[in-house]
Amino acid sequence: MDKKNPYQQFNFIGKHRRAVEHRRFVVGKGNYAGDVLLPGTLHIAIVASPYASAKILKIDASEAMSLPGVQAVITGEELNSAVLPVLPGVDAPAVKRFPLADKITRYSGEWVCVVVATSRAIAEDAAELVQIDYEEMPCVLDPEIAIKNDSHQVHSDAGTNLIFNRQFVWGPVDEDFSKCDHQLSYRVKWARSSTVPIETFALTCNWSDATGILDIWASVQMPKYPEQIANALQLPSNAVRVHYDIDVGGSYGVKRGLKHAILLGYIAKKLGKPVRFIEDRLENMRGGDMQGPDRLFEVTLGFMKDGEITCMKMRALEDIGAYAGRSPLQLGKPVGAICGPYRIKSVAYLAQAVLTNKTPQEAVRGFGQSPTNYALETGVDKVARFLKIDPIQLRKRNLIKHDEFPYLIPSGTRYDSGDYEVVLDKALKEANLEKLILERDKLRAKGLLAGIGVSTCLEPSGGNSSFEPLFNPKNETTTWMESCVVKIDLGGQVTALMATSTSGQAHETLVSTVIGEVLLQEPDTIRVLHADSLNALPSNSPVGSRMAIMLGGAAAGAAKKLKNKLLIIAASQLNVDPANLVFSGRDVHVAQSPDLKISWAELVAIAHRKFHLLPKEMEPGLQEKFVWEVPTGGDLPDEHGRVQMYPCHSFESHVVLVSIDPDTCKAKINRYVCGHDCGVMISPDVVHGMTYGGIAHGIGAALMEKFAYSEEGQFLSGTFMDYLLPSSSEVPAISIVDHCTPSPLTEFGQKGSGEAGYLGSPAAIANAINDALATINTSIDYLPMTPNAIWNAIQKANSLTEQS
Amino acid sequence: MKAAPFNYHLAQDLAHAKELLHEFGDDVKIIAGGQSLVPMMAMRLAKPANLIDIARLPELQNIQITEDKVTIGAGVKQSALEKHLASQKAPLLQAVIPWIGHQQTRNRGTVGGSLAHADPSAELPLIALILKASIHCESKQDGSRKISAEDFFQGPMWTSLQANECLTQIDWPLWSGAFIGYDFEETAIRQGDFAMASAASQIQVDHDGKVLKWNCGVGGMGGTPYQFDQLTNQFLGQKLSKEKINEFSSQAIALTDPTSDLHASSSYRKHLAKALLSRTIEKSLLMAQSNTQPNR
Amino acid sequence: MKNIPIELSINGQKVSATVEARTSLVDFIRDTLRLTGTHVGCEHGICGACTILLNGDPVRSCCMFAVQANACEITTVEGLAPERGQLSKIQDAFCEKHGLQCGFCTPGMLITCQALINKNPHPSESEIREAISGNLCRCTGYQQIVDAVVYATKEA
Repeated sequence: MDKKNPYQQFNFIGKHRRAVEHRRFVVGKGNYAGDVLLPGTLHIAIVASPYASAKILKIDASEAMSLPGVQAVITGEELNSAVLPVLPGVDAPAVKRFPLADKITRYSGEWVCVVVATSRAIAEDAAELVQIDYEEMPCVLDPEIAIKNDSHQVHSDAGTNLIFNRQFVWGPVDEDFSKCDHQLSYRVKWARSSTVPIETFALTCNWSDATGILDIWASVQMPKYPEQIANALQLPSNAVRVHYDIDVGGSYGVKRGLKHAILLGYIAKKLGKPVRFIEDRLENMRGGDMQGPDRLFEVTLGFMKDGEITCMKMRALEDIGAYAGRSPLQLGKPVGAICGPYRIKSVAYLAQAVLTNKTPQEAVRGFGQSPTNYALETGVDKVARFLKIDPIQLRKRNLIKHDEFPYLIPSGTRYDSGDYEVVLDKALKEANLEKLILERDKLRAKGLLAGIGVSTCLEPSGGNSSFEPLFNPKNETTTWMESCVVKIDLGGQVTALMATSTSGQAHETLVSTVIGEVLLQEPDTIRVLHADSLNALPSNSPVGSRMAIMLGGAAAGAAKKLKNKLLIIAASQLNVDPANLVFSGRDVHVAQSPDLKISWAELVAIAHRKFHLLPKEMEPGLQEKFVWEVPTGGDLPDEHGRVQMYPCHSFESHVVLVSIDPDTCKAKINRYVCGHDCGVMISPDVVHGMTYGGIAHGIGAALMEKFAYSEEGQFLSGTFMDYLLPSSSEVPAISIVDHCTPSPLTEFGQKGSGEAGYLGSPAAIANAINDALATINTSIDYLPMTPNAIWNAIQKANSLTEQS
Repeated sequence: MKAAPFNYHLAQDLAHAKELLHEFGDDVKIIAGGQSLVPMMAMRLAKPANLIDIARLPELQNIQITEDKVTIGAGVKQSALEKHLASQKAPLLQAVIPWIGHQQTRNRGTVGGSLAHADPSAELPLIALILKASIHCESKQDGSRKISAEDFFQGPMWTSLQANECLTQIDWPLWSGAFIGYDFEETAIRQGDFAMASAASQIQVDHDGKVLKWNCGVGGMGGTPYQFDQLTNQFLGQKLSKEKINEFSSQAIALTDPTSDLHASSSYRKHLAKALLSRTIEKSLLMAQSNTQPNR
Repeated sequence: MKNIPIELSINGQKVSATVEARTSLVDFIRDTLRLTGTHVGCEHGICGACTILLNGDPVRSCCMFAVQANACEITTVEGLAPERGQLSKIQDAFCEKHGLQCGFCTPGMLITCQALINKNPHPSESEIREAISGNLCRCTGYQQIVDAVVYATKEA
């Protein structure tokens, strides 16, 4: 690979290409879960608990049942004895999770019972008629209170609300702290926010007595989805068919839908009719269980007077809500980049997941990395301010250097490759730092508060599951494979089958580009289909920024096998050693004598039809599969919790200029630049799109998004008037600057980028706002930094000045 | 989020609308643009048994501009008003329309609907108060009456319209002469959302810069928008300095009673409203001083 | 509650139907007419995924009952292409400039952009951002959408 231009060697990889999927989306022919409408479909509406914590005394559904069109009312009492619970990803078997509450509800919005009717409207009419007697109970909402033994226990059988509590110590932390010139401690709070896709969770379930199959069309992004549903419904694992060809209207982590599918699967089986549920926005926000990390950090950094940060203590207290799925594991993934891009030598990490009476959390884009980056980057700026060193210079002093890769961090992950300072410099150059500083000063001269914020952050990619055994030693999962089947048919056309869902990442485009590159076929001629879970090979779904690496790798692997087979057939026909052959895509020819060739069509004919010409022992036809384990994966953590988390490490550096009107206290982003390095970009348009979108998510998390609860635990953010998603007026023009440090671990040098932008954006925006507020000796150490929050900080400064 | 069942009645003309209102008086709502009502019905916060559609009533679609006022039919869409008004005629009214929601909502939402809905943060009620608009309504039983904006807005989402009354037209007084200036500002976290606070000012000065005519107000600061004519009248004949404006705004905001909600505490709101009010007064004054040509 | 007969034109086709008064226009389009290109995102008038052209103007079809659209002309995303197998300029531009990812907000976004171009053939970037500010997208961060409209409206 040419280091100067890693793209030189490629025909299709790295080129501008129109996404295959877009052809159907722009004409309104996407196939979303809400578009599926089987004949005879029934519809459901949810009756949700209004209380943060209550006993269910009585449910009277008689009036609801008498409404014409109502088919059934299902309660927790009925359902929960017929299905198995879903358990958390950590070892807390008493924290059982059923789709419906039975006898006790634990959060405002929890599903209590379900009305099934011939239309959604009638189901809602009937839902209003269900009479439920509740007895309100005490609740606990503050994680710092919930962690105490005398607080209200969310699950009385669990014995504690603190369902995960582990102190990791990597390296001689205390010793390193004693050798530091300075230490600095601080608290930051990442607000409960989420990626909130515009499409809510939707699904249809249909059970057939005749085939014994439960069909599911769902808007889902969830590893091991069919297996978990089958398990809960006590069906054989090959009795559940999830249709992955459903187009998912955005997920960014959150569409896990287990309780939805278990509930509807049960109803479909019970009533013998297809059942559909499209969450309305109210159901989605309060009871869809898609809220994200809600994390308090307490950090202490130890550093020398020249700015070298040598050690860190970090406590992460996560408020996971009333039930747990994979959510506590969101404390675990950041272990794989716990020191960010810096040469921090030793780290103590206290990871705590605590239950409260709030909506359960779900996996959100980055799986906890963005909050961790925000915490660390805030600290780096605080160190800079303390030492009166420029924050950019301080970062440069601490960034892992280009020649230090692969770099082993204290928690056991090796960063594969990187060129951090170059990316930072590229971003600064694009932002024109000198001009930016002048612009900032001009804004200040006009009476505005203005600041520049920088972040340098890791984007681990490749979605390995190492946090599973790390956080639950009883779970010995070390396989996190991905698969692809590629075939060349009788007509010589290429078709590939991928094994999981897509929610905007353009997987069909990814796979056809990769296969086209290997087989030297025009990518637009390659058809890519989504299998269903019964005819799919194993997959672990598009999580953890893994598909460019894993699906790209699997597709390339299968295509390479096919290419190899074609070469062997050609070698046998031309009677030469395969090493002397050139594969051109049109044909295979002898290197020194191109006239000695055999065409693609002829090779296909031999493989499919001319058995008498096929090399002995060779399987007829042209179809290959490739099932691939995550590179560097396969190991369990050691006793200190050291393990290789993800294989490949992308990197981003954000440079942001922010101004604040002291009258309105509203922050405005004046300039936004992102330097991004995800190795070789297979589809640059897709990668850039992810990055812009991730930054928009980050802007929302930093400035306006929060799921709020009243003091009584009432959910306050149920609509889009309460929970604010940024529009095109709030997201500025963004400049992206690319750099390419290929990964040594992947076929083309690609790294993942599904979480691009989001992982470094809140950190940079927060740093910019705090740079502005530092001019009046104040700061904000929590998100979101709304106008009111900024005003509170300014008030704090004013009252301190008045006192002094 | 599907609305509860209701009976739909399409009014053919104003008389028919009044007849329907009379007939279903116990449980009826008027729908025009529906931009506020339909979402409320979807969330089942409103469950009228009868809906009377007045969106196409010919009597409510007119815009008439005379010497001293603009008369706008209650059924005129906000986007239609935006297109129709020339900026010299009713400048403050013209200025606020782009702030109302988004273009998609303005393509359906009506002038009358916004006033009848009476959201305390809404733009048109604030301007109606400041300009001292008159609101005409009619019912079958009680004929027609005219309500001053001051008397119209009673509280949050609450007006003095009776259940059987239909809002028909609104008169917006026009100021004439030279040295007239205006300004409107609002702050929301996100473009197009209801404002956390808003402010508007319209002022006329003489050639020396002394106040001839002035009114201003704030929205989002209580159950209804506020207008401050009792305070502004005290400044007639005076020149406004920055200090006077600041003092004025403090006094004005002290009269308001904002609540705290998810997006803004009452104390932040007071700070915001005061800052916006001072700014709009200053800007309207600057504009007035430079508008040497009469607007007619 | 009686059902109401309505007649309207959708993408150039006349349609007659009888609807429950409470059926929203977007549900009528999707469930009765089975034109599922228009999407539902919030049902309370904020996200814009349900945007259609009503008599040429972009409106939120979740904030209307179908009965209110009687005698109206509606254009949905399915009606934007000039002919089968072709794309309108704006649809083509979205594909060229990667102005979408999951595609869920896209139909509403395309309608709003088409309405903008109909009124303003050469909008500036700030005019584009203003015009689409009532259409929320969680995938793209809007940059490539703005780029697509610029591309669609650049001088030939």
